[in-house]
Amino acid sequence: MPEWWTYGLSDFLLFSPRTYYRLLEHHNRAMWPAQLLVAGLALVILGLLRRPTTGQGRIISGILALLWIWVSWAFVWKRYATINWAASYLVPLFVLEALLFFWIGVARGRLIFHPRRNAAGMLGIALLVLALAFYPVLAPLSGRPWEQAEIFGLAPDPTVIATLGLLLLLEGGVRWPLLAVPLLWCLASGATLWAMGSREALILFAAAFFVILAATRPTLRWRKHEYS
Amino acid sequence: MPSEPTLSRRTVVGTLAASAAAVWLRPLSALAQGSPITKPIPSTGERLPIVGLGSWITFNVGEDADLRDECAAVMSAFFAAGGQMIDSSPMYGSSQAVIGYGLNKLRRPGALFSADKVWISSGDRGPGQIEESRRFWGVRRFDLLQVHNLLAWEEHLPALLAMKAEERVRYVGITTSEGRRHEEIEKIMASRPIDFVQVTYNILDREVEERILPLARDRGIAVIANRPFREGALIRSVERHPLPSWAREIGAGSWAQVILKFIASHPAVTCAIPATTKVAHVKENLAAATGPLPDAAMRRRMAADVAAL
Repeated sequence: MPEWWTYGLSDFLLFSPRTYYRLLEHHNRAMWPAQLLVAGLALVILGLLRRPTTGQGRIISGILALLWIWVSWAFVWKRYATINWAASYLVPLFVLEALLFFWIGVARGRLIFHPRRNAAGMLGIALLVLALAFYPVLAPLSGRPWEQAEIFGLAPDPTVIATLGLLLLLEGGVRWPLLAVPLLWCLASGATLWAMGSREALILFAAAFFVILAATRPTLRWRKHEYS
Repeated sequence: MPSEPTLSRRTVVGTLAASAAAVWLRPLSALAQGSPITKPIPSTGERLPIVGLGSWITFNVGEDADLRDECAAVMSAFFAAGGQMIDSSPMYGSSQAVIGYGLNKLRRPGALFSADKVWISSGDRGPGQIEESRRFWGVRRFDLLQVHNLLAWEEHLPALLAMKAEERVRYVGITTSEGRRHEEIEKIMASRPIDFVQVTYNILDREVEERILPLARDRGIAVIANRPFREGALIRSVERHPLPSWAREIGAGSWAQVILKFIASHPAVTCAIPATTKVAHVKENLAAATGPLPDAAMRRRMAADVAAL
């Protein structure tokens, strides 16, 4: 792109905030009563984190793979791409993330989620709470109607943040291949929200920043003797 | 008042006949408000209202039925007030499809002057993109096709000129925005037989006054002014100030009208293309195309006063 330095974030914003949030509203209406289903899946994940059973990692990985595919198809491809052609280029990345969860977590059974009382573990839980409990009320807190709520498993932002939280709870340390796509989405969606003048952008930027910090600082990594 | 180039008798007769037909076909509401001032496209003498309608961001509403109807209502008010030129681009998301929806809902207004763009890095894929755009609009052919932001213009421009020779498009142009690639724009204006150039021009962004607008007059190229309100930021920055006393002298009742009258009164500018989602705003914009326009002395005063705010 010639004279790229002359372009600002707002030059890449193709739609108005009103159009974007109404897109979420229409998506929620069209998905009903899937909200109940994804709430159930969220409870299954929380239950498996609290009381791990055989196949815990496979079940959580399977749920995440399913939700990443679902969000990529039902929201990013079918809805978001109608107002943002660039979103269509992100769909393959969502599919890649789903395939990685399926291959590493379901097929090979290499992912075990184990909350710990260290910084990474606490951050992981905080991100889960943020995605599952706080994101749905962000709309009314921001002065928008409940119908525009962003819900884990249906909207990309809370799904991505919950995924980042869960990835911080993995036994055996950081899985960068699984972190890459969610972090990229945080930057892309955060930049879009920033251009829209939405303070929710800060949540995505902060989530990405602290996840990278937790994943790269040795003192925040899990050590062998911490496994129980 | 802008000076106008000499017209041939044939052009004058044709324009008068077209104007008479336009008045005859126009809804009474337009006549009640007063027909918009028009300016000629230099290459043919065909006249266009000095205020058109842009679609960047505002018409990109996807499949949202309520918002599509709002856009159609904006288009309806635009045509009712005597508007003609609607401008879009493949870059603008669903805007082209939404314009097509609005045109269908309004039963294909005959006054439409369709302006679209080709925006793709591959010259080979330009015709396919243009055909897709045409289907979105639902028009037989575009009135104006422009190379968007000069992307791959070396390949697209000859193709557009060939389309014009085959009467598959009526006019050909190039676009840029926010002051980018002006040197290249000048070179193309000086060397290629284009009908239109689209640039950013408003009461604060006046760089094009130096070279591009004079060149457009010399070469007989129509000028479309985009981003007249800096996507609304310009209006928001001035509207906290009271309207200057001279606003009444030029028949402007709002800051939007002040800005549009400033733009459209430049002798080289053919029309400005503000975008909006509100019927009230499109009426206000078209009303700026009626009544007096500032002369050169008033324009200097307007620019100085607004810059000092």
